Amino acid sequence: MSASSLTHSEVREIPLSERGPAPRNVVVSFGFWLFLLSDIVIFAALFAAFAVLSHETAGGPSGDDLFDRSRVLLETAILLASSFTCGLMSLAVEQRKLIPAASWGAVTFLLGATFVGMELSEFHGMIESGAGPDRSAFLSAFFTLVGTHGLHVSAGLFWLLVMFAQVLTLGFRPMVLRRLRCFSLFWHALDIVWIGVFTIVYLGAH
Amino acid sequence: MAESIETTEDQEAGAPRVAGGSWQGYLIGLVFAIILTLASFWVAGTDMIWGPGVPILLAVLAIAQMGVHLVFFLHISSAPDSLNNILALAFGVFVVALVVFGSMIIMANLNANMMSMPELMNMQR
Repeated sequence: MSASSLTHSEVREIPLSERGPAPRNVVVSFGFWLFLLSDIVIFAALFAAFAVLSHETAGGPSGDDLFDRSRVLLETAILLASSFTCGLMSLAVEQRKLIPAASWGAVTFLLGATFVGMELSEFHGMIESGAGPDRSAFLSAFFTLVGTHGLHVSAGLFWLLVMFAQVLTLGFRPMVLRRLRCFSLFWHALDIVWIGVFTIVYLGAH
Repeated sequence: MAESIETTEDQEAGAPRVAGGSWQGYLIGLVFAIILTLASFWVAGTDMIWGPGVPILLAVLAIAQMGVHLVFFLHISSAPDSLNNILALAFGVFVVALVVFGSMIIMANLNANMMSMPELMNMQR
């Protein structure tokens, strides 16, 4: 009797020591989850730096002067929507449906690219108005934290393009499916980091 | 979001499918996330809430939204497959709290106990 024909309760009855190694999917997800957690620890360090330095404006502009909350709300909505479409993409991938998967992937890519574009234009406007990362410790911490998040999103966009190419050339083989699963974990984790960013950096602006 | 154990033929033999959720699950998560996000922005901008309570409320809303994302988008559950993930998450949260709050406490102490730069300059004269 193969393991695939077992019902859930039967699996539970097999002692842990006799179940054999965990399936590859579970191991890969766990390993990538560990990477994500270590990535979040990096962000924790940057958050700590920002929290410590957020009042050290050196006579320069403070967060209240610089941040536009309606713009941040729009960025948040875009990133949240891309997280949702990424979820729909992974559902379509689970069912091996190429067209829906590619469409949701494309929507995810466009939303992510819009987010990065909005962030870049915000950075550009701030630097133009003399509030660049060299102005004060507060702005250095701000650009490092938000910039690192933006770099992660950009890396995710690049990864998504690579996955498009792999699905088109290799098809839905197990290796590609695992990578797609890791990508969606990465994308959702970036949205979690963004919750911290908009709460602490933009809404916590004093 | 019933955890299904069915397998598809091109997956490794006997591999229980990692709970992938359903579109209803993603939709519920999206609705919760939208409500919590709007609540955060409302709390930050309103005068209806006692000032010192605002940061606490923002923190609560942010942690709630992170929980929503973990459950509905990242599918962290109490399923046996997910046990190691939860333990790793607990350790990650511990490290994050240590780094963030540790830094803030240490720097606040230093700020309180050290003389500010101008005073230091005056003493040298």
